[in-house]
Amino acid sequence: MSVLNPSPTGLQPILKPLSHHAPGNFITKYIFSTDHKVIAIQFLFTTLLMMIVGGALALAVRWQLAFPWESMPIVGPWLFAAEGGQISPEFYTMLFTMHATVMIFLVIIPILAGTFGNFLIPLMIGADDMAFPKLNMLSYWFMWPAIACFGLSFTHAGGPAAGWTSYPILADLAQAAPGSGTAQTYWLLGVTFIGFSSMMGSINYMTTIINMRAPGMTFFRMPMTIWGLFITAILQAFALPVLTAGGFMQVADRLLGTCFFYPSGLVINNAAPTVGGGQALLWQHLFWFYSHPAVYIMLLPVMGMVSDMLSCMCRKPLFGYKPMVISMSAIASLGFIVWGHHMYTSGMNPAVGMAFMVATMMIALPSAVKTFNWTATIWGGKLEFNTVTLNCIAFLSMFIVGGLSGIFMAAVPVDVYFHDTYFIVAHFHYVLFGATLFGVFAAIQFWFPKMFGRMMNEKLGKTHFVLTFIGANGTFFPMHFLGMQGMPRRYADPYLHGYLEHLLPMNQFMTLSAILMGAAQILLFINIFYSMFWGPKAGRNPWNATTLEWSAPSPPPHGNFDFVPMIYHGPNEYAVFNGDKDFLMQTEKECQQAKPKAETETTF
Amino acid sequence: MGKGWCLFFLFWPVAAVVSCAMAPWIGWSFPYDNAQAASNLGIRIDGLFYLILIVTAIVFIGTQAVLVYALWRSANNREERASHTHGNHKLELIWTIIPGVILLFLAIYQMNIWADFRIKKYYPEAAVKDPLAEVTARQFEWRFRYPAIGKKLQQKPQSDDLYSVNELHVPFGKPVMIQLRSDDVQHSFFMPALRIKQDALPGLQIPVWFEANKPGTYDLVCAELCGWGHYKMKAHVIVQPEDEYQLYLKNLTERQSYDGLGKIAATENGTESEATEK
Repeated sequence: MSVLNPSPTGLQPILKPLSHHAPGNFITKYIFSTDHKVIAIQFLFTTLLMMIVGGALALAVRWQLAFPWESMPIVGPWLFAAEGGQISPEFYTMLFTMHATVMIFLVIIPILAGTFGNFLIPLMIGADDMAFPKLNMLSYWFMWPAIACFGLSFTHAGGPAAGWTSYPILADLAQAAPGSGTAQTYWLLGVTFIGFSSMMGSINYMTTIINMRAPGMTFFRMPMTIWGLFITAILQAFALPVLTAGGFMQVADRLLGTCFFYPSGLVINNAAPTVGGGQALLWQHLFWFYSHPAVYIMLLPVMGMVSDMLSCMCRKPLFGYKPMVISMSAIASLGFIVWGHHMYTSGMNPAVGMAFMVATMMIALPSAVKTFNWTATIWGGKLEFNTVTLNCIAFLSMFIVGGLSGIFMAAVPVDVYFHDTYFIVAHFHYVLFGATLFGVFAAIQFWFPKMFGRMMNEKLGKTHFVLTFIGANGTFFPMHFLGMQGMPRRYADPYLHGYLEHLLPMNQFMTLSAILMGAAQILLFINIFYSMFWGPKAGRNPWNATTLEWSAPSPPPHGNFDFVPMIYHGPNEYAVFNGDKDFLMQTEKECQQAKPKAETETTF
Repeated sequence: MGKGWCLFFLFWPVAAVVSCAMAPWIGWSFPYDNAQAASNLGIRIDGLFYLILIVTAIVFIGTQAVLVYALWRSANNREERASHTHGNHKLELIWTIIPGVILLFLAIYQMNIWADFRIKKYYPEAAVKDPLAEVTARQFEWRFRYPAIGKKLQQKPQSDDLYSVNELHVPFGKPVMIQLRSDDVQHSFFMPALRIKQDALPGLQIPVWFEANKPGTYDLVCAELCGWGHYKMKAHVIVQPEDEYQLYLKNLTERQSYDGLGKIAATENGTESEATEK
C-alpha cells in the first residue's frame, strides 16, 4: 500500500471541520435547498413516485396484450365509459410511449445521476458540497416543468403517439396521427426540460469531481462509483446537446414550418403539402447519437455502484480496479460510434451499417471484462447473503443475459430479423430492469443508512427481492421467444395476424408475472417509509465499508465532514489485518496491530 | 441459508436453458412451428443465428455456473478473512483476448451474408434489371404496383400499371426485387418467413430483393410504428409458380380494365371479350 503525502497538489489541509448547521429556515433547508444531500433525497422521492406512474403504464400495456380489447381494470370504465372500458389503439400507443418516456427520462436517468450522483459524489471524494450548489438546486427544479409537460401531453387528444423515439414523419406533422398534435409538442418540450436538468447536473458533477477531491484522493483512488458517475457526466455533456438540437429542429418543423425532417411530395391525411426538402433519417441519426450513449448513462453508474457494493459484501478488494476503469472508459468512448446499430434496417447506407456492426461487436468486449472481474471479486470472498448482495448478484446474473442477447442484435443479418420485435424488448428490459434497477435496489438498501441514519429492513428487502426477481424473469424472459416468433413490438393487437395467434397464453403468463413484479414494489415503498422512521439506528459505518462517505456521520450534517478528510489508499482495501477489523478505510493511514477485542467503532 | 440462495441463483439459468432447449419443439422458436426460412438467404441468416446461439449458450452456462460456484465458495468461506488480491494481469489478458477474438470472428464471418443481402453491388443481376413491383406502404395498408405484362417497371406510375392492395404475388424460383416506398410516415416491410425487414422511408425509394425457395402464402407485416393502426397493416405475399403468376397478372389486367358492364375495355387488337367477374 502506497502512502501518499497529504498535500500532493499543494492543497493545504483545512484546520477547522467543514460541517456546520444548515443556514436558513424550513423552506431553504428542505425545499429550495442547495445541500446536495437534500437534493438527492428530493430526486429519490420524485423518481420513486414516477416509478409508480411508469409501472402503472407498463401494467396497462401488459393488460392489453394479455386480454386484448377487454375492459381495462380501474381506468378503463372511467376513461372509456362509452366503449365499455375498452381502450383505443391510440391510447395503447400513448401507453407504451409514456411508459418508456417516464421510465427513461424521469426514473432511471434522474435516480442514477440525480439521487446517487448528488448524494455520493461530494461524500465519496471528500467535498463539503457540489461545486455549484445553486445550479444543483436548479437541476432538480427543472424536473418539474418536464413532468408538467409530459403530464400535459396526456391531456391532448391521444397523447404523444410516436413512441419514445419520436420518429418523424409521425412525430413531425400534426396530421400524421391523433396524438401528433399539441401532445407531441408538449412531449418534446418535456424532453428539452429534462435535458436541461441533466445538463446542469452533468456540468456540476464533472466540475466537482475534477476540482474538489480531498487531499490524497487521486483519480486512481476514486471509488468505482465515482468513476461511473464521472464518465456518465462526460457522456451526458457531449451527447445531450445533439438531442436538444434535434428536439428544437422537430419543434421548429412542427410550429414554424421548417422542413428539417420532411421530404418533398408527401400528403398525409389531406394535410396541405409543404415544400419539403428534408430527410426523415436525419432525426434518427441525431436521436440515436444521444440515445445510444444514454444507454450507458443508464448503466455505467450502476456498474460503478455494484463494484463498490460487491467488494464490500465479499470483504475482498475489487478484482482488477484499473481494468474496470479502462473498460468503463472503453464502453463510453465506443458508445459514441455505435449509434447506427439502431438503424440497420432504416435505409441508411448498408456499408455504414457494417462499420457500426464491428464497433458494436467490440463494445461487448469491455462489458465481458467487467463481468469476469465481478465474478472474480466474488471468488474467494467471504460473502453474506443480505439484500444488497442479492440485488447485486441479480444485477450480474441478468446483465449477462442482456449482454449476450445484445450480440444477436449487433450481428446485422440477424438483427434484420429481430429489429423491432419483442427480442429487442427483452434485451433492453434485461439491461434496464434486470441490471440497472436491481443495482438501484441494492444501492438504495446500501446507502439508505447514510441518507436517513437508519437501516432498512432485511426481511422486507429479501421478500421484495425474491418476488421482483421471479416477476422480472417471468415477464422478460418469454419476450425472447415472442421475438423469435417474429412478434413486432408496439402492436395493440398482435393476434390479428395468423402466425402470432398462438402467443396469447404466453402473453397472459407474462402479464401475470408483471402484476406480481408490480405488486412487489409495494414492499419496497413500505420498507423505505417504515425504515425512515422506525428502522434501527445506524452508526457511521454499518457495513464496515472503506470508502470515505462511511467515515462521516449518518446522516451527514450540512458540510458533510466533522473532520478534515485525508485520503491514503485506494477505495477497496478489504481482507487486510487492521487491528481486529478486516478493512482499511481510505482515511486510515496504515493498518493497526491486532488488539484485544475492544473498539468496534471506527476511529472517528 | 447460503445453500438456498445458491440454488435460487442456479435455478433460473437452468430454467432459462431448459426453456430455450425446448423452444423448437413447442413452437417457441422461429415462426410457423420453427419452419426453415423460406429463402436461401434466410437459411444462411438462421445459420448465423444458431452459431451465435451456440457461442452465447456456452458463455451463458459457463458464466452462470462459475458465478453460482463462486457464490457457494464465498458463502462457505471458513477463513477468517477473504483472500487479499487486487487482480491478476494474466487473467485479465486471457479474458480480454479470448472474447475479443471470438467477437472479431463473428464480426468478419457475417459480412458476406450482409453484403449479399443489402449491398447493391451484390444484388442478383436479373432482379435488379427487372424490378417486380413497387411497394408503397401507407397508413395502414400495403399497395403494390406491377408493370403491365411485358413491360418494365417505370419510376413514375404508368396508365397501364397494375395495382393490388395487401396482396403481393411473386413468381417462384427466381430472385425478385421490389422498390420500397412510403406514401406518408415510416413503415417497415417485414416478412418473418423470409427473415426480411426493411424500413420504408418517406422520400426515398429503397430496392429490396428476395428469393423464396418454396411456394406458399407468407405474412407481411409492418415493423415500424406508423400510427394508431400500426398493428393492422396485414398483408400476404403469395409465392407461386411462374405460370400461375402470369395467370394472376392476366386476371389482374382484365379486372382492372373491366368497365363495369360485363365487358372489358378494348384490348390491343381492338376486339372485345367477355370478362368473368370474380
